Amino acid sequence: MELLSGGEMLVRALHEAGVEYIYGYPGGSLLHIYDAVYKQSAVKHVLVRHEQAAAHMADGYARATGKAGVVMVTSGPGATNTITGIATAFTDSIPMVVISGQVMSHLVGDDAFQETDMLGVSRPVVKHSFSVRRPEEIPELIAKAFYIANTGRPGPVLIDIPKDMTMPNERYEYVYPKKVKLRSYTPPQRGHSGQIKKAVELLLAAKRPVVYSGGGVIIDGSSDKLRALVDRLDFPCTSTLMGLGGYPGTGERFLGMLGMHGTYEANVVMHHADVILAVGARFDDRVTNATNKFCPDAKIIHIDIDPSSISKTITADVPIVGPVGTVLDEMTALLDEAGETPDADALASWWKQINDWRPRHGMRYEKNDNGLMKPQEVIEALWTATKGDAYVTSDVGQHQMFAAQYYKFDKPNRWINSGGLGTMGFGFPAAMGVKMNFPDHEVVCVTGEGSIQMNIQEMSTCLQYGIPVKIICLNNGSLGMVRQWQDMNYEGRHSNSYMKSLPDFVKLAAAYGHVGIQVKSRDELPQALDDALNKYKDRLVFLDVAVDPEEHVYPMQVPLGSMRDMWLSKTERT
Amino acid sequence: MMRHIISILLENEPGALSRVVGLFAQRGYNIETLTVAPTEDPTLSRLTMTTHCDDRKIEQITKQLNKLIEVVKLVDLSEGQHIERELMLIKVKAVGAQRAEIKRTADIFRGQIVDVSPCVYTIQLTGATDKLEAFIDAIGSAAVLETVRTGVSGISRGEKVLSL
Repeated sequence: MELLSGGEMLVRALHEAGVEYIYGYPGGSLLHIYDAVYKQSAVKHVLVRHEQAAAHMADGYARATGKAGVVMVTSGPGATNTITGIATAFTDSIPMVVISGQVMSHLVGDDAFQETDMLGVSRPVVKHSFSVRRPEEIPELIAKAFYIANTGRPGPVLIDIPKDMTMPNERYEYVYPKKVKLRSYTPPQRGHSGQIKKAVELLLAAKRPVVYSGGGVIIDGSSDKLRALVDRLDFPCTSTLMGLGGYPGTGERFLGMLGMHGTYEANVVMHHADVILAVGARFDDRVTNATNKFCPDAKIIHIDIDPSSISKTITADVPIVGPVGTVLDEMTALLDEAGETPDADALASWWKQINDWRPRHGMRYEKNDNGLMKPQEVIEALWTATKGDAYVTSDVGQHQMFAAQYYKFDKPNRWINSGGLGTMGFGFPAAMGVKMNFPDHEVVCVTGEGSIQMNIQEMSTCLQYGIPVKIICLNNGSLGMVRQWQDMNYEGRHSNSYMKSLPDFVKLAAAYGHVGIQVKSRDELPQALDDALNKYKDRLVFLDVAVDPEEHVYPMQVPLGSMRDMWLSKTERT
Repeated sequence: MMRHIISILLENEPGALSRVVGLFAQRGYNIETLTVAPTEDPTLSRLTMTTHCDDRKIEQITKQLNKLIEVVKLVDLSEGQHIERELMLIKVKAVGAQRAEIKRTADIFRGQIVDVSPCVYTIQLTGATDKLEAFIDAIGSAAVLETVRTGVSGISRGEKVLSL
């Protein structure tokens, strides 16, 4: 029988749960735990410069690896600083375990120094949370936290630990549970067979089908299964912002992203479809546009592991609650069994129609003659320079949409962005979390001069741990997406969207011990990218790229319209 | 819009109730009444809440509640035959001739006078919500000094039980 202190039990249990890195920041309530961290080497700790970044690093790690990221922060401000990061993970269903320190349990409720009710503050943005009441329950709570975070629809789980649960001189028997069982939590293992059969019948009878793939495909690790199903049926496939890479971005059958800034063909195909197979997607308002005008002719098959996602905004004709992978398996088996294929003539004329739609917009944009680049050009150059195989994280705004539109992701887990919450400041720390776990892969953060400043202090963390991510800052001197809306809806009154006092990013990168390169025109970009990726392979490189501030993101759905109502340029509407 | 009575078996743990209540607040659902107490199994609480909403919303409410880890079982009692009761303690002005009249009215509603002072009766009344409201109407709101109600508790009729 081994006796351990609460702090030692915590670190041991994290190791048993498979944790490699803790992203965190110490403080008064965590000192016993940090001492336990110091005395071992199995679990490594990464010291961030701001707790929000710790949560985003853990999140980036989770999105790239599929395993829960771990955050550890002290009570009070340390804990509350992670809220944005926890909410980001919650909205995008990312597994995360957050350990927050708490004041001594006899002080809880007394407004003690650095006390906040973290369980209360975090409640709306966690999948679940625990407070430790006895030190000996720490291993069990850790096991439960990982089980809940990773299974079903994943999400963040918080464990609040009062300091007196970790006293170094109070030792208890350490038992890590072999198996976790919760009587009130049983995530579905497979979909309803009758519903799956109905779905297959609908798919086989479809004349104008489309597959609408979402983040659930990535989270479930079912991209190969999705690809196989789409290809065998010869159906067109579109993807949400969160689902990019689920089906190969360069694939013939891929229509591009759908929704507010989706491609013309993806949105028009959805509008005219007679059968929509929604896989791990949630009919978000940035996808559907006005729900009462959404896809009037379509029968909707909706696969999702979360029953509350089904028929929330759009009523499903065939709801299937279950993990994407097992449902797709069962569909494939039924197709094998039936030995039928969809109506070939109908599909051929559908594809002909689709291919007629494709060139209508074709993701075109006009380049400037004076060398000042459009942001789209930079993303295309990045795609070429990285052979389309980099991990790309982004912040939020125009650069995010351009990256989603123009970097064609052929693999899952490569596109890492805050899709649901839209968190500026996410991209850089997320890239760090990815790079630490994939040191041999290119990891690029596409950002803007607005977003990058929300967590720019992490350049210091990158120096300490040697994390050579590449930052591509599309610098248009203004908050581009806000400015675009002000141009479109407020007669160009740029209220507070102009960044008047930008730092010299090149010098700033150098001050943090990294490499900064400024790119002012088109002819400088190839060399700068080559230097960033090759010459300075093992260094963090900050590429400050000047881009045209007048550019807007198109296509853009017209508010309150149907899927197919879009602006295709500043002057052209569908 | 329909009145729903949602009955929940909840893990009897600190914070569980706040998750249920918080869910209603954060998603803009309305709680009309709420009662909660431990069951014969001390690890479980039984919670009853009533809400008015349309079919789409009640579907979301029950799905979202079911997602809470501490919600063990849930049933919408209004979907089937059920019994519902609420308990009310009500203080009414009772002076002179009114005293006999109020006593008679309480008897008609099968209420009990549980405390008496020279000018005030305190009456205990149980029944469905509409019965309690009918009693208040019968007494007349001018005579009512104070009311306190437990909110609805409900259970399904017949052999159906909500248990583990």
